Amino acid sequence: MDPKQKALEAQFQARIDADEKIEPKDWMPDAYRKTLIRQISQHAHSEVVGMLPEGNWVTRAPSLRRKVALLAKIQDEAGHGLYLYGAAETLGIDRETLLEELHAGAAKYSSIFNYPSLSWADMGAIGWLVDGAAIMNQVMLTRTSYGPYARAMVRICKEESFHQRQGYEILLTLCRGTEAQKQMAQDSLNRWWWPALMMFGPSDGASTHTEQSMRWRIKRKTNDELRQQFIDATVPQADYLGLTVPDPALKWNDERDHYDFGEIDWAEFWNVVKGNGPCNRERLQARVKAHEQGAWVREAAMAYAEKRQQRQEERNINPRGLKNLAG
Amino acid sequence: MTDKKNWPLWEVFIRSKNGLSHKHAGSLHAADAEMAIENARDVYTRRSEGVSIWVVESRYITASSPNQAASLFDPADDKVYRHPTFYNLPDEVKHM
Ligand SMILES: [Fe+2]
Ligand SMILES: [Fe+2]
Repeated sequence: MDPKQKALEAQFQARIDADEKIEPKDWMPDAYRKTLIRQISQHAHSEVVGMLPEGNWVTRAPSLRRKVALLAKIQDEAGHGLYLYGAAETLGIDRETLLEELHAGAAKYSSIFNYPSLSWADMGAIGWLVDGAAIMNQVMLTRTSYGPYARAMVRICKEESFHQRQGYEILLTLCRGTEAQKQMAQDSLNRWWWPALMMFGPSDGASTHTEQSMRWRIKRKTNDELRQQFIDATVPQADYLGLTVPDPALKWNDERDHYDFGEIDWAEFWNVVKGNGPCNRERLQARVKAHEQGAWVREAAMAYAEKRQQRQEERNINPRGLKNLAG
Repeated sequence: MTDKKNWPLWEVFIRSKNGLSHKHAGSLHAADAEMAIENARDVYTRRSEGVSIWVVESRYITASSPNQAASLFDPADDKVYRHPTFYNLPDEVKHM
């Protein structure tokens, strides 16, 4: 590395160590930029693909109250995708390129959304566990070193809190209902528990990015720390529902002051990451289809805007008076 | 998909309530200003976070360069006499 580059990197690391935020136009190492683009775009894709399993139940929500809540949650997730693509764009990549990568299968998104939503109880489990796990990660990311990412996270975290509550409320209602309803809730927990734990990513020993990301303060906690935090917070909530967490090894450990838990099936994790989960193809197809079928709308809106602009310019040649801009 | 002209990027500024200034909220894509305002309403004020929205196409914003921040701002660094504490007044003179 040439000395000038080395000095810049040392300066950059010193700013990070002093807990300064990095803003879009600041100098940053290429690898920092690349890591952020990868992480933020994966995060954005997850918000967008994450709408699909829930969209599956909008028309079958059991009441109007549940339906408006689910719709509002899904709309929030679309917004989260937008904030995050926006944050990624400040790093000099455009959204269209990121979408192309997603649609080509070259980009990743959270594997949790490659599992099917089979029952109404899954809307409860997704809000409680999937959003719950996402919140653990996102609360940490409000303190990430890249300014635009941190600010997007603050907005997102404010909006997320209702997502988890509405999910938990769905399960609470089922658990206080008939035996069949309680069974439906238990079945849902059985299917979502382990995939939710996998959302935090590979364990620290096997995670290729963690160490560098921690040094750059992109991440402030490791995958295993967040996973443990999630388990500790969630198990008492399962107890309150009267549901059984599907892990025979789960046990409170007084010495560690944490729950001990069983081994995660990492073979399953990597299999889904590689594209072989139950819904990988279906999810991607749905995204590509939506994008392609919306193309004419995007083009028509652009053509209309250009035409109007053109007319405006023609009129400006014979101006009738100046118009004040800011109101 | 033949015409690859994408919607431009806009910066969004929101006044959260009268009496406060507009503050940068984030960005979005829109075909024109009108759509930018509507999209801004949908993504940045879904929970009544605003009473007024400004949008401006990102390419029209001129920003100072962080590389020159030091020289740009250093004229302000050695002018302590611009601050009230620079002036010594006796304690008997209160609230000034
Ligand atoms: Fe979200
Ligand atoms: Fe959410």
